[in-house]
Amino acid sequence: MNAKILILMVFPGLATAQGFAGLGTEADGFSIPQPDPVFDFPTDHGPHPDYRIEWWYLTANLQDPDGMPYGLQWTLFRSALAPEDGVGWTAPQVWMGHAAVTTPDAHYVTERLARGGIGQAGVTADPFAAWIDDWQLAGTMDAARMTASGPDFAYDMDLTATGPLIFHGDGGYSVKSASGQASYYYSQPFYEVAGTLILPGGEVEVTGSAWLDREWSSQPLAEDQTGWDWFSLSFADGNKMMGFLLRQADGSAYSSATWIDAESTTAYADGAFAAVPLDWAKVAGRDVPISWQVTLPDRGVDVTVTAIYNDAWMDTSVPYWEGPVTVTGSHKGQGYLEMTGYE
Amino acid sequence: MTGAVFAALLSHWWRNPLQLFTLLAGLALATALWSGVQAVNAEARASYDAAAATLGEGQFDQLLVADGGTIPQASYVALRRAGWLISPVVEGRLNGVRIVGLDPLTAPGGLGPVNLDEGAEIGAFLAADGQVFGPQEALDDLGAIGPAKVISPDVAPGTVITDIGVAQRLLGQENQINRLLIAPEQPLVQRPLQEVAPSLRRQPAQGGSDIARLTDSFHLNLTAFGLLSFAVGIFIVNGAIGLAFEQRRPVVRTLRALGVPLTRLIVLMAVELAVMALVAGAIGVMLGYVIASLLLPDVAATLRGLYGADVAGTLQLRPVWWLSGLAIALGGTALAAGGAFWKLARMPLLAGAAPRALAMAAGRRAVLQGVLAVILLIAALLLGITGTGLLAGFVMLGCLLIGAALALPVVLDRALALFQSRASEVRAAWFWADTRQQLPGLSLALMALLLAMAANVGVSTMVSSFRLTFTGFLDQRLASELYVTASNASEAATLQTYLVPKVDAVLPIQSAEARIAGFPTEVFGARDHATYREGWQFLTAADAPWDVVTAGHGILINEQLARRSGLVVGDVVTLLGRDLTVQATYGDYGNPIGQAIINIALFEALYPEITPLRFGLRMDAAAVPDLVTALGNDLGISADQTINQARIKQFSLDVFDRTFTVTTALNVLTLAVAGFAILMSLLTLAAMRVPQLAPAWAMGMTRTQLGRFELVRAVLLAVLTAVAALPLGLALAWALLAVVNVAAFGWKLPMFLFPLDYLRLLIFALVAAGLAALWPAWRLSRTPPSDLLKVFSNER
Repeated sequence: MNAKILILMVFPGLATAQGFAGLGTEADGFSIPQPDPVFDFPTDHGPHPDYRIEWWYLTANLQDPDGMPYGLQWTLFRSALAPEDGVGWTAPQVWMGHAAVTTPDAHYVTERLARGGIGQAGVTADPFAAWIDDWQLAGTMDAARMTASGPDFAYDMDLTATGPLIFHGDGGYSVKSASGQASYYYSQPFYEVAGTLILPGGEVEVTGSAWLDREWSSQPLAEDQTGWDWFSLSFADGNKMMGFLLRQADGSAYSSATWIDAESTTAYADGAFAAVPLDWAKVAGRDVPISWQVTLPDRGVDVTVTAIYNDAWMDTSVPYWEGPVTVTGSHKGQGYLEMTGYE
Repeated sequence: MTGAVFAALLSHWWRNPLQLFTLLAGLALATALWSGVQAVNAEARASYDAAAATLGEGQFDQLLVADGGTIPQASYVALRRAGWLISPVVEGRLNGVRIVGLDPLTAPGGLGPVNLDEGAEIGAFLAADGQVFGPQEALDDLGAIGPAKVISPDVAPGTVITDIGVAQRLLGQENQINRLLIAPEQPLVQRPLQEVAPSLRRQPAQGGSDIARLTDSFHLNLTAFGLLSFAVGIFIVNGAIGLAFEQRRPVVRTLRALGVPLTRLIVLMAVELAVMALVAGAIGVMLGYVIASLLLPDVAATLRGLYGADVAGTLQLRPVWWLSGLAIALGGTALAAGGAFWKLARMPLLAGAAPRALAMAAGRRAVLQGVLAVILLIAALLLGITGTGLLAGFVMLGCLLIGAALALPVVLDRALALFQSRASEVRAAWFWADTRQQLPGLSLALMALLLAMAANVGVSTMVSSFRLTFTGFLDQRLASELYVTASNASEAATLQTYLVPKVDAVLPIQSAEARIAGFPTEVFGARDHATYREGWQFLTAADAPWDVVTAGHGILINEQLARRSGLVVGDVVTLLGRDLTVQATYGDYGNPIGQAIINIALFEALYPEITPLRFGLRMDAAAVPDLVTALGNDLGISADQTINQARIKQFSLDVFDRTFTVTTALNVLTLAVAGFAILMSLLTLAAMRVPQLAPAWAMGMTRTQLGRFELVRAVLLAVLTAVAALPLGLALAWALLAVVNVAAFGWKLPMFLFPLDYLRLLIFALVAAGLAALWPAWRLSRTPPSDLLKVFSNER
């Protein structure tokens, strides 16, 4: 689950008070994901205002002509205060955008917030466009342009899909806890990317690959879950793997994974996938694992996942860690790591 | 055992309730004055913060429609989508209450003082009917409205804050925005403003610092007053504690002889004092609240009128006052008791049985005090000559005040000795000798009086000097009867053509940013006009400054620039390749940056791209209202583009009068505290003086005479103290105006003297001393003869 952020806590000041348990609260009239989903595209690329939270979440591993690695993030979150859409300031939809660029020695991050209903932010399915302020991800699901800009960085990228959409869990119904909380969750992990980064040191031409997550739900976390660790890994042999751990208050974790190879996609239920912290670092005043041993024995995966830059801290209204990683061990490759709930 | 020891120690207070009262009252009064003044300051500052946060003005650049109209909401969205980090503000009035609508998600300052954790719920705030936040009165004035009302005392007076959508509905301006706040930090990539919203005008942040700096000056003065009042109170406490410790020596000796360890005694006495300090501190905070609530309306009016800073006229009891009030009471007690504890700790086990009460024969101590006083006064003098910076200023003030207070007993003793040597008649000689002998017992109270008087002289001088300077400054700066601001160049041209036949003179006000001697400076171009020639007062000037300036060879600089750059009259500066001689320096109160004035023709030559938009109009003051109306009717210039000078000036003067009310009230209060100190000292001394008075009575002086002498003595000592206080107060005023103010704000306020004010203060002080001595003197005159006789029968 690329899940991420507790958009319910979009509002500064409420974030800490409510804590991560906020996601586990009652659905309050919102729709709840049901098993055996039937998706309707392109409509489902657009927003689902009757669900509490939703995101369009893209991460990319890039390189400049000298082979220097970069990470890039573009995210648009939607959070509903009530299960309805609307026009004007009273529309109960709130949008939050996060953009970041990570280099081996720096992390640039910026955030945008907007009300729904006035045109400042939103998503349309056909033609596809997701935007907040001047940032946008627009075009089609197969070929899109993506821009974002912050006080100290900006980027402009072209995305081209080279493979199909991937549906996680049971055909896109992704279970998040033993008690049954779930979300709708699919990805486009096959983007090729090319574009320009504008950084304090100047412009950098980059190419690479990107992974888009689409997910929506109304109560993705159980009350006893405290945070998650999410991995999206692309191996040198062309296979890809998504896996996450939802950490529980008692120290145990609920895991889930998806194996993607040229022929098929395989979903793994709780327990098949494992990730154990190997090394910790002080990041933004808290201890965060920056190196993991990740295993999926069924596929012979036993790799070490290491952050390219330890301080990839998203110092946003709801802070979390998100950054590019390198993969060594049984499989070589790269990917993205997201960690939330580290106090 | 602890309980028994405690009971023994406390028994002293049961036997001397008056002393207990002195201690508590002194501490409470000191705390009250301190916390009262702090409360007033805190309240005012909270109001500025609220206002600044509410309005977002001054802090942020803004986008406005040139003609003052509204901005379509679509323009806002277009700008956001072009990469502009801006936030919409909707403003208007409903039932006299200012409604400010903000978008909490984009507002650079958030919702200002509204705390969403307290009573607000984001869902309710954004959705449906919404919520409005404001102070109680503003919410009441709003009347019946749809949104829920939430009390938020930190919102500026007369204002409510709500979501932008709610504000649009309440004010009936759907899809319209009044202004856009520009966040200080903008993204790297954005489209040019001209391209996205050509009709919007960018108005730079007002910096707000002018008001902040001016009000800071006012607050600094109030704080100094508060601190001095506290010092006065601490003298009383010190006296009471010293006396109590002296009198308890036998008890301490007995307890120690019975085996109570010294440390435990000290701890118990410290606990006892701490409890008293807390009780007195609590009373003091409440008293301070009363004082503050009495002062605040005047202070609020002062600040509003003087600086345009809106301050709520009502007071909130903030938790921080309780803490700071109690802390200052504890700290003050510790300060006052430090010496007593030190002596106690060093006291030999069996010493101290002699009932010395206050150190009556403290010859060595007096010498020590005198030496210390001289050292402190020399330090103050040296700091006054060489010191720079705020800290040096305050240290100097401290040295000066403490040194003077310590020197007082010595000075008074010398003065009395002089009188004594002149006295030939026996009763006079006895009077002077007796007064000298009483001096050590009264010296703490007299020091308190000295400080109170000095504070009063100092602060009165400062406030009055400030008034004179500031009104002069207003006359100079706001010489024109009316000021008009055009919103663009074409309106400015129309305006000039329109105005020329209607007024005596149109004085353009135009400025440009420049660097002079390396310092950022605002350069103004001034037309040669009697307004300037006659109205401006210079701090320093060459012979004919305006002539040289008019000829295009001279420049006038403000005091801030002169101080920073070290430029003096006669120096040559270069401005865009032109050499100009500094012709004069002028006071520019409240301006944080450098400023300079050159001739208008030179200005136009150097800065051809600048078109003046502001104009000062010289005209018949009576015709101002008509012209304002005409400007609105004929040219569509709204009233808020004009500033009526007479109104501002009158307002300022009214405000100063209120400032005097505040000052006078504080004067009376501190003198009352000092008078109280005298009363307490006299009452304490009364019992001890019976043995000294009995012989005089036995030799034929009546008790009434003795009482009358007692009264005369108190007034006489007050007069002598007042005489000493006058130079001290003037030195204090000088330090505040010429050292502290310069260090804190970069400008010096000229000092003026106000003899009538000082005379009035003297009378106040005498009345205070006389009233304080009245009761002890009356009691003395009623001392039963049997008491006096007992002195001789060894029965006392």
